[in-house]
Amino acid sequence: MTSILETIEAGNEPAQGLKRREDLTARELLREVGSVLRMSEAEAAKLGDLPVDPSEDQTMIINMGPQHPSTHGVLRLMLELQGETVLRCKPIIGYLHTGMEKTGEQLTYMQGGTNVTRMDYVSPLNNELVFSLATEKLLGIEDDIPERAVWMRMLLSELNRMSSHLLFLATNGMDLGAVSMMIYGWREREEVLRFFQKVTGLRMNHNFIRPGGVAADLPAGWRDDVLRLLELIGPRLDEYDTLMTGQPIWRERLQGVGVITAQEAIALAATGPTLRGSGVPWDLRRDQPYLRYPELDFDVIVGSYGDAFDRYAIRLNEVRESMKLVAQILDKMPSGDFRIQNKKVTPPPRARIDESMEALIHHFKIFTEGFKVPEGEVYVAIESPRGEIGCYIASDGSATPYRMHVRAPSFVNIQCLPHMMRGGLVADAVAVISSVDPVLGEVDR
Amino acid sequence: MTDDAHPDAASDAASDAAPTELHGCPLRELYGQSVLFVPRDQYTKVVRLLLADGFEMCADLTAVDYLTFPNRTLPDGVAAERFEVVVNLLSLRDRKRIRVRVQVPADDPSIPTLFDMYPGAEAMEREVYDMFGISFTDHPDLTRILMPEDWDGFPLRKDYEVGKIPVQFKEAHA
Repeated sequence: MTSILETIEAGNEPAQGLKRREDLTARELLREVGSVLRMSEAEAAKLGDLPVDPSEDQTMIINMGPQHPSTHGVLRLMLELQGETVLRCKPIIGYLHTGMEKTGEQLTYMQGGTNVTRMDYVSPLNNELVFSLATEKLLGIEDDIPERAVWMRMLLSELNRMSSHLLFLATNGMDLGAVSMMIYGWREREEVLRFFQKVTGLRMNHNFIRPGGVAADLPAGWRDDVLRLLELIGPRLDEYDTLMTGQPIWRERLQGVGVITAQEAIALAATGPTLRGSGVPWDLRRDQPYLRYPELDFDVIVGSYGDAFDRYAIRLNEVRESMKLVAQILDKMPSGDFRIQNKKVTPPPRARIDESMEALIHHFKIFTEGFKVPEGEVYVAIESPRGEIGCYIASDGSATPYRMHVRAPSFVNIQCLPHMMRGGLVADAVAVISSVDPVLGEVDR
Repeated sequence: MTDDAHPDAASDAASDAAPTELHGCPLRELYGQSVLFVPRDQYTKVVRLLLADGFEMCADLTAVDYLTFPNRTLPDGVAAERFEVVVNLLSLRDRKRIRVRVQVPADDPSIPTLFDMYPGAEAMEREVYDMFGISFTDHPDLTRILMPEDWDGFPLRKDYEVGKIPVQFKEAHA
């Protein structure tokens, strides 16, 4: 057998696209249908025969995307259709690949936040958080982060979960023709982003959570802003319930569509609402707690059927859970420092630079060459709105990561699409993509 | 290498490393995380045992190219090679993680696929192949996933320089 590398050197690199049905081998069919359930090839081959019209020209392979309004960015799906039925589907990605992991190797730990925050641009604060936690673990300072910084991180991370899920509700509505929901969802998300703008200076891509703490303290009046936000969004969620959850058309479009079982979801390494929708109560905030989540009271929302409706309902209710968490965080927010007072990690305050030579030197060193991180490698995972986001950093003792890898939940979750779409309708394909809620910036990195 | 700023962290990591074994492979606790160093020829066998132990989800699979950092700390008996495939397995039942590190030599960058045990590793293995040129034997669909299919080279390798690629805009003139 020639190795794949020799094949490439000979200029015969295999194509990324969907093969013609008659060229499929049993093993490839197994990949598409059977392997998730750990079937034998024979069983899978039997299952592979969806009722196909005997004349093969009845099926056609079409491209959906990469420029398509309901693929949430530049996701391309190759679909094999028979009439309106999806026989096979293959997601093709990479259109937004900008080599962010390679870029991450060029940036210091100080600058790294600006890079990772642009991966999942819908929940940037979670990306920054996981990167900071991994860096702090390597530095050995993860237990020395000031309490206020920890609680601020939780506050921002939960608000970000709300804004991300509100955006999901908006796009999910839009994809299914509930256009007013789109407007409502964007409107409420904008309220959250306005708060982020007040705190961090930016609506998105904040680079606010940094190794050692956060960039700045909360601004004056933040508590009133958050309370206003909670008062505003609570009743709006009830409106969404009236508008969509109980509405027959909405239920018809989502219930029983894109079903994935718990066994399949675990085998495909799906996480977040996609996994919980299938009835697996797995939430890293509860099951492998980080920050101070054990001190807070919240529920893990779990579905039972694993269909698109469950994933919708989970996200809607997770907004409510996040509001519960934010309310508790408001009560418990301690005072104190917002970043660690370790001169090697935290730049000195601006005022000190004018008075102290040492402060000037630290400031200069941190911003030119960055701080050094001891040799080692860690993997830290947290629960982002889309699932488990993990950061793997290998350090060689220098000021830049030797390797920085982000385990992107969307990248893994879109592997579920072929299984969810199989045998469904093209119109439901849109509902299925939407229900997985991929962010292509994170898929392609 | 120790760093003057954080001597505790470095020595912690070293003293944490109480040598133990799991399935005949060295197991280390680094930064409170379990890391298992598996030789390549036992990779499939050990991962199958871990699956039987309850690690039912392959949370992450990636690789590191240690071309410019060959003297990294490894347990005795593990010979450093250029590539390292890193697999993070997760047990939902026991709420545990374990990380499997496999040394992959530069002259034969290949390793068996985990697809039969963890179908979810499919896209991750394609990504590693795409970025590092490590081929996964018996992978059902080993094609580039993020880069265009006619791309030359493997971007995350350390000898692949940043900025060396000719600009792709063919018709553009300066």
